[in-house]
Amino acid sequence: MAALHFHNVTLGYDRHPAVHHLNGEVVRGALVAVIGPNGAGKSTLLRGIVGILKPLDGSIHLGGLDSRDIAYLPQSAEIDRSFPISVFDFVSTGLWRGAGLFGGIGKAAREKIRRAIASVGLSGFENRPIGTLSGGQMQRVLFARVLLQDASLIVLDEPFNAIDSKTTADLLALVKRWHVEGRTVLAALHDMEMVRNHFTETLVLARGPVAWGPTAEVLTPENLMVAMRMCEAFDDTAAACAADDIGSRAA
Amino acid sequence: MIYDALIGPFTEFEFMRRALAAAIALALAGAPIGVFLMLRRMSLVGDAMAHAILPGAAIGFLLSGLNLFAMTAGGLIAGFAVAILAGVVARSTGLKEDASLATFYLASLALGVTIVSIKGTNIDLLHVLFGNILAMDDQTLLVVAFNATVTLLVLAVIYRPLVIESVDPLFLRTVSRAGGPAHLAFLALVVINLVNGFQALGTLLAVGLMILPAGIARFWSRDLTAMICIAVVAAAVSGYAGLVLSFQTRVPSGPAIILVATVLYVVSVLFGRVGGIVRQLFPGRHLEA
Repeated sequence: MAALHFHNVTLGYDRHPAVHHLNGEVVRGALVAVIGPNGAGKSTLLRGIVGILKPLDGSIHLGGLDSRDIAYLPQSAEIDRSFPISVFDFVSTGLWRGAGLFGGIGKAAREKIRRAIASVGLSGFENRPIGTLSGGQMQRVLFARVLLQDASLIVLDEPFNAIDSKTTADLLALVKRWHVEGRTVLAALHDMEMVRNHFTETLVLARGPVAWGPTAEVLTPENLMVAMRMCEAFDDTAAACAADDIGSRAA
Repeated sequence: MIYDALIGPFTEFEFMRRALAAAIALALAGAPIGVFLMLRRMSLVGDAMAHAILPGAAIGFLLSGLNLFAMTAGGLIAGFAVAILAGVVARSTGLKEDASLATFYLASLALGVTIVSIKGTNIDLLHVLFGNILAMDDQTLLVVAFNATVTLLVLAVIYRPLVIESVDPLFLRTVSRAGGPAHLAFLALVVINLVNGFQALGTLLAVGLMILPAGIARFWSRDLTAMICIAVVAAAVSGYAGLVLSFQTRVPSGPAIILVATVLYVVSVLFGRVGGIVRQLFPGRHLEA
């Protein structure tokens, strides 16, 4: 059973492609690491999957999933931390699917929110404004919201960037719990050691797929070198998709 | 003596009672909008919009006199036209959105003043630019109250998406399509409240009763609900005190209201509990377990 099916997907901004001609599928329950250098198109691909970005070409099938069955954890830089909202309220937005515009947050839901906050180790922080949290604590809050979303497909954009090892270990345990529960997880990552040890499947991306398969086979020095070189060749005419690329020199 | 100064004007004169009612209605609806403008970093956009809607409001004003419905409709049309045109120019030319908005609102302001001065009298122009809350008739007061009610109802509907879109826009886009419509509805509310403030404070100061209370609230709370309540109270107090000041000293009512709000703002900057200057200079002992 495929949770995700890519058919010749090209994604980009303002007609400038960032990820070229991706084909393949992610089976339900897979634990996939998406790796590649900066600018390889990892975030772009994840945005395409969660539906924020429409493909320029090709299509992404969600295998019968509604876009609301997806939980997305953006890079924390996208969040306005100065906004006066408490940890509890922020995490509770994970219940949007059930509550929507007006649905009440009842006793059971409050309990659920409290449990989610507890499982990321932030009990006692419920009433703190998110602006007072450290980077690691904020990442825990984001994971708590993903927990509440109870989604069958979970998409994490660089969830462990600038996070200390203790927090990383705690949050990685959650990721593995989701895997055990049969949820499909995709994560953009930079830490090769972590990918090797914890992720079963890996997609090496460099503005297009370089290699995709079981981590042990894919995560080779050769593939990583290829990925590196393709990204450095950003301004070269010999890029991954010459035909699509002609118009993108200005970028 | 104190009664005469603070309550007397309102029991004695009907126009003062009407003005007070209008000021409170403006405070109830405008202050929450101001809080969101500030939190979404759109304070100056509100200011620009106030000028941008002038031609529309002016045309409405000339066609049907000081009829707030006509002025609101004209203002909404002009406001959206400018917002959309500025957005189109920004997107198709690479000019930054704030720069293109600045161009359009200046053009719009010039056009509005031209329309009013060609067709109306100098009194009309002064009226549109600075307003006169003391000349409020029953019908206008009802329209102000109506607009305020609509504002609060719509704000209740779009509250959740508006909050989430302000904190984490990408998240909202993954769970719901409500973000875009909520933003548009919010812009419409901004315009409605600006036009609402025209009669009382005029084009130039209408945005003051929205932004200043929001700025005040920022210094007293870190909680959104509390900030909105504080902003409403600050706006209502400014309205009341401004009217009293204007009654006793012959300072025009609109500027008097905004000046009182400014005094409250300065006090908040100095003594506010959250990030006030005095508080930063004398932070007190740090918390111990």
